[in-house]
Amino acid sequence: MTLVIALICAVISTLIWYFNPDRKKLKLSVLCFEFWGASLMWLVDAVFEFAELKEEFFTQSADAVVNDALLGLCVAVLGVVVYLIVLLISDPNGVVKQLFSKKDNE
Amino acid sequence: MACFVVPAVEAVAVTIAAAVMKKKHKKQTETANNAERSTEKESATPFYKKLGWLASLLWGGVILLAFEHLWHGEIVPWFPFLTAMSDPTAIREMLIEMATVGVTMSVVVTAAWAVVVAIGNRIAKRVATGANNK
Repeated sequence: MTLVIALICAVISTLIWYFNPDRKKLKLSVLCFEFWGASLMWLVDAVFEFAELKEEFFTQSADAVVNDALLGLCVAVLGVVVYLIVLLISDPNGVVKQLFSKKDNE
Repeated sequence: MACFVVPAVEAVAVTIAAAVMKKKHKKQTETANNAERSTEKESATPFYKKLGWLASLLWGGVILLAFEHLWHGEIVPWFPFLTAMSDPTAIREMLIEMATVGVTMSVVVTAAWAVVVAIGNRIAKRVATGANNK
């Protein structure tokens, strides 16, 4: 479930990156790389888990699925938070700089 | 257990390599007075940028996977950070997982990046030959 949610996030962020003309300014590639990197890693993890569990891999308990889904949602939120931190540090519109500049405080 | 450690080590190495290459590239472009040469280099995506993509892929995955391990209680914010380190049998298991799952993660991410770079290079070549033909 975590893999599925990460993949959905990767696809959505890639679509946003593709259709947004300000992709470079907004550093949208960070979001794409983040989710695609995690998706690939979880895919490998899932393949190893499948090799170990076989049929049980697809018949997990509802509790485990809900826990995994919750983890996936938290991962999605964390991914967006990391992107926001990168965006605020790079500050393409100079908003943060303006916020802390002397001129603005006066 | 600690499979993300292997891609994390690769991410550090790739980030350092990209930074060194960026410095070298900047020095080269500064010293190159030949206008033709500099425009030729600027037209193609420099390799340090492509390495930066790999670093971003690896770091993104490592950060989100580290959170997953924190969620499952496999890593803790205090020394020795990995809960498996407290049990000798768990250490062996952890090392096996790092050698199998961790290494495969690094290989798959790097291979995916290599495919994207190869496709990008082909597209760039086609665009360049198309422009020359016109």
